[in-house]
Amino acid sequence: MAVYEEQESPKAFSFRVWAELLPFFKPYRKYFAVTLGMNIFLAGVDIIVPLFQSYAIDFFITPGRLGGIGKFALIYAAVIVAQTICVYISVSAAITIEMNLGRDLKWAQFSHLQTLSFSYYNTTPVGYIHARVMSDTSRIASTVAWGLVDMFWALLYVVCVFGIMFVLNPALALIILLIVPCIAVLTVYFQNKILRWNRKVRKINAQITNAYNEGITGVKTSKSMGIEKENEEAFYSLTVTMRQAACRSARLNAVYVPAILLCSSVAAAVVLAQGGWMVREQIMQLGTLSVFISYAVIIFEPIQQLARLLAEMISCQANIERVTDLLKQEPNVVDRPEVMEKYGDAFHPRKENWEKIRGEILFEDVSFRYPDGKDYVLEHFNLHVPAGMNVAIVGETGAGKSTLVNLVGRFFEPTKGRILIDGVDYRERSQLWLHSQIGYVLQNPHLFSGTVRENIRYGRLSATDAEIEAAAKSVSADEVVRKLEYGYESQVGEGGGRLSTGEKQLISFARAILADPAIFVLDEATSSIDTQTEELIQRATEKLLKGHTSFVIAHRLSTIRRADLILVVKDGKIIERGTHGELLEKEGYYYELYAKQFEEEAAMQVFAGENFG
Amino acid sequence: MYARFSEKKEQEGKKELRKSSRKIDLIGRFFDGAKRYFVAVLVFSLAATALNALTPQIFRFGVDSLLEDAERVGLGGNLWFLAVLLIGIAVAAGISQYIFRFCTAQAGENFAKNMRDVLFSHVQKLPMSWHDQNQTGDLIQRCTSDVEVIRNFVVTQLLEVFRTVFLIGISFAMMLSMNQKLSLIVLAFLPVVILYSAVFYRLIAERFVAADEAEGELSTVVQENATGVRVVRAFGREKFEMDRFHEKNERFAGLWIRLGRLSGLYWGIGDLITGLQVVAVIVFGTLEAVQGTISVGEFIAFASYNTTLVWPVRGLGRILSDMSKAGVSFARVDYIIQAEEEDYQEEMGRSEENRKEAAGIVFDHVNFGYEAGKRVLTDLSFSIPPGTTFGILGGTGSGKSTIVQLLTRLYELEEGQGSIWFHGKEIREVPLKKLRKSVGMVLQEPFLYSKTIRENIAACAPDASMEEIRRVAGIACMEETIQHFPDGYDTIVGERGVTLSGGQRQRVAIARMLLAEPLVMVFDDSLSAVDSQTDSLIRKALEETRKSATVILISHRITTLMGADQILVLNQGRMAELGTHAELIQKQGIYRRIYEIQMSRDDRKKMKVYSMEGFETDVEIERLRSEREALAGTQKGITKEGGEEDGSI
Repeated sequence: MAVYEEQESPKAFSFRVWAELLPFFKPYRKYFAVTLGMNIFLAGVDIIVPLFQSYAIDFFITPGRLGGIGKFALIYAAVIVAQTICVYISVSAAITIEMNLGRDLKWAQFSHLQTLSFSYYNTTPVGYIHARVMSDTSRIASTVAWGLVDMFWALLYVVCVFGIMFVLNPALALIILLIVPCIAVLTVYFQNKILRWNRKVRKINAQITNAYNEGITGVKTSKSMGIEKENEEAFYSLTVTMRQAACRSARLNAVYVPAILLCSSVAAAVVLAQGGWMVREQIMQLGTLSVFISYAVIIFEPIQQLARLLAEMISCQANIERVTDLLKQEPNVVDRPEVMEKYGDAFHPRKENWEKIRGEILFEDVSFRYPDGKDYVLEHFNLHVPAGMNVAIVGETGAGKSTLVNLVGRFFEPTKGRILIDGVDYRERSQLWLHSQIGYVLQNPHLFSGTVRENIRYGRLSATDAEIEAAAKSVSADEVVRKLEYGYESQVGEGGGRLSTGEKQLISFARAILADPAIFVLDEATSSIDTQTEELIQRATEKLLKGHTSFVIAHRLSTIRRADLILVVKDGKIIERGTHGELLEKEGYYYELYAKQFEEEAAMQVFAGENFG
Repeated sequence: MYARFSEKKEQEGKKELRKSSRKIDLIGRFFDGAKRYFVAVLVFSLAATALNALTPQIFRFGVDSLLEDAERVGLGGNLWFLAVLLIGIAVAAGISQYIFRFCTAQAGENFAKNMRDVLFSHVQKLPMSWHDQNQTGDLIQRCTSDVEVIRNFVVTQLLEVFRTVFLIGISFAMMLSMNQKLSLIVLAFLPVVILYSAVFYRLIAERFVAADEAEGELSTVVQENATGVRVVRAFGREKFEMDRFHEKNERFAGLWIRLGRLSGLYWGIGDLITGLQVVAVIVFGTLEAVQGTISVGEFIAFASYNTTLVWPVRGLGRILSDMSKAGVSFARVDYIIQAEEEDYQEEMGRSEENRKEAAGIVFDHVNFGYEAGKRVLTDLSFSIPPGTTFGILGGTGSGKSTIVQLLTRLYELEEGQGSIWFHGKEIREVPLKKLRKSVGMVLQEPFLYSKTIRENIAACAPDASMEEIRRVAGIACMEETIQHFPDGYDTIVGERGVTLSGGQRQRVAIARMLLAEPLVMVFDDSLSAVDSQTDSLIRKALEETRKSATVILISHRITTLMGADQILVLNQGRMAELGTHAELIQKQGIYRRIYEIQMSRDDRKKMKVYSMEGFETDVEIERLRSEREALAGTQKGITKEGGEEDGSI
């Protein structure tokens, strides 16, 4: 798990890391050119502006005449207008780079994710994936677009200002130059420290959010145990560390900012004293002194900026590495080139070459272990499932019931041995071919935000409205739809959050049946569902499985009893197999599981009979 | 009677008063320990601003003295004095600024800490009925993001406003002291700049909301794609997903580019206005200086004050428009604060009635529903003598769990809904915490904290020794399992650590309850995920260690319930049957029918052996029953007659 903790940020600038991004920069060369060009001009303007003041002193005030002041005012105003226009163009170009680059990176990440295997998703938290696609890419894009431009501007500005100062007066310029390293060192030192504390703050912040989550979801338990006080104390210790860390970071900032200001004051004071003496000795003009003072005060801003930007660029390397690492991830399950040739890939399927499927499945001496696991969970497993057979997989939560299902769906491939579908090793055909033939209904059915209709249509994109409604009706999902305010056009919310589990399940049945697959994979829900929905689901399940080859991770007795073959799983391994009758006869583990289940359902039936029958 | 009524009224009145003052207390608590920092912030920000405003004056003095006769000014030609003064002021300003910034952080972080603490403790004390109505995600949002917005408002915005106002005031006073006409020119631009910035941010804010929503939509697509990856792959919808992502991504980028360009435009115009202001000050300043109304030094100082004003003034406009955001967030946090806490008083004002006959637990004509019009329990009466075992058998939604939730006042009975008595007192007269500590509960799907197993077991008794923890874990048959975990008792439960199976969770929850040693132990279907062998082991161990505790068993398994002293058969919130196992068997009712089905398999004998271990033999059951009869003689009166005809299943 430690892999997903925020990594320590890199310490030095690395061209290698940045070079990996170059292909992404390419399309925006023009925009880069525009914004850099504008910044050359802007740096120039920013340097000239203080000169106007000194010009006014040297040419109007000191001699005491006003000839040409109109022209002076006009030129000054014109420069300001030109500056405005350049700022606008530069900002536009930068934002275009930022957003387009971000968009391209996001797209690259997302499309690559679509090709990655299940093992990746099984071992990577959703939050981590989400952050790779959304925040890392945004951070990179904004650092590149703004950071690079600002750095360029600042560098240009600093160099030019020093150039001018050296031309005007090398001695004074040298004095100011001496303070530059102090500022740079201060900035790098403090920024690094502040960055570290900020990272800590973010970490504690995540813990606080977790604590709220736990405090709210576990409120009933906390209340019934009367441990509100203990919870509070644990929480307070979190907020105390939060305050400490945040204050620490703020305090560093509180030292840093005045320290920099002090540096600039020292520079200005030295310039004033030394330059004043020069003016008095008539070595230098008064206007020049005022320019020097202005530069002495202003120059520290871009120097600080340079140091800060450099630190930012370096820390951004961590984001770049995470993004490029994801792009380098190889999928575990890949179609072979000759298979792709014939069947097409996920994005360009060649359906004309796809065989029809009957739905016969054969496990031939299959051994399997998860890519991240040590032990084999299946060893020399043989199973023949003729087309149309219903296979139920039973066992306790966490016993490893989904392994077989993952193998059938080729979300994982056997480590040894083969799985044949209709007599052909499924690796000889494309994943998409197989997936198009398998209907999948999950225990916690996942719906996508959108309408009910859109969700059902997910099963077959070309389905007409009438077909969608017919599919819904066939599994009684229409009874759910009827209760919703806008019928099929009702929004289901994120992840289907506005519907109950039972309702989601019925809609996912409709989705699966619309796809009309030859093989069904069904993971029955365990969570309690109200009696009425439960009945609808039972009927729908029956309907769904009839005449299809199916694998059911079963919890309902009715489903289990009807199965042609029952596989009993314990501790990740299949320990018993047979029909319901055979397994009961055995009086083994299945028998025990069944007894418990039976008692519960018996009670439910009596009560149900009491009230409805 | 009347006297009692008015007394009650008075009590109610006091209660109201207490409640409203509690709310003010809560908001007042936000400022705990932060007030002095707020004061310090104001003082030192004033000091820092004033000191900074002195610098241009020194330049002015320096420049002017260069042009005039040095002897008259009395510097003896030495400008180093000014330089030292300049540095001195900078040091003083720096220190003020340090204190100002440090105190700002202290004030803000204290404020934020208080806000977080208050919210956390408040949310925990809000009644279940309130929690039912509010979504977890939304609450967390309010407690985190909204708190952050408010913190930001207090730390940066509010204080920045003060600072800017000081800065404008002081700079302006300095300018006025040098030249009125020029000052008026500066002054004329100020409202234009502030107003322009405020309007500009308001305009941007609207677009920002749209762009932000587009980002939210894009983010949802990614989130759902990752969580629903199985569905995506199973239906072979990779291309569809990519198209969807592409569309949202384009929209997102497009909106932000437009927003960026628009703000670039506004920004540029803002630059133009302030730039022209600087031009105006320089040109008019030159005119004044040539005419001799101001000195060169004053001219330079003027220009300097003017530039220091530019950024803070433009920032002011932005802050003003941002303030509305903080208002919205405050309202969202206030929504939580305003909710009524449960009554956590330690001492009850009076303990008037003490019904001797109501020893143990008594439900007296209880009617209840979570929502108005939907009744869950109807006219339910029964009593559980102390130290006995009470079984509840019921269908889904029969109200089994509601009984326990009412007993622990997770939900409150209202006037006229009957009453519940606990050890001689009406439960509303028992301090809440005491009541809940007395009743321990293990739910079917227990909630465990994402802490270590040890901390979870010791949740109610943090001081428990390791031996005690091992002992209860042993009773719950969890000891061996825990030993197998990588870190033993220090293994963290949940996402960051080991995922426990349903049965393991139940067993940890049982250990947790045992350690708390409550007077009443409730098992709400809490061994459903445990295999029957372990189940019977646990039940046997429990029977040996329960001491004088009252036990309430909720289950659908007759074998679990049959040893109870009384069994309540609950059907749709009404009492269908009540009696011992033997009595209920004779009744030919629901219980009997369930018993028959559950026992009717050809392998019944075997079933009996393994599931009866908890209660050894039929002799044991007989013994328990006779004990019950001795204890619970009062029950007979309210036992309903079972007269239902046999229904076939």
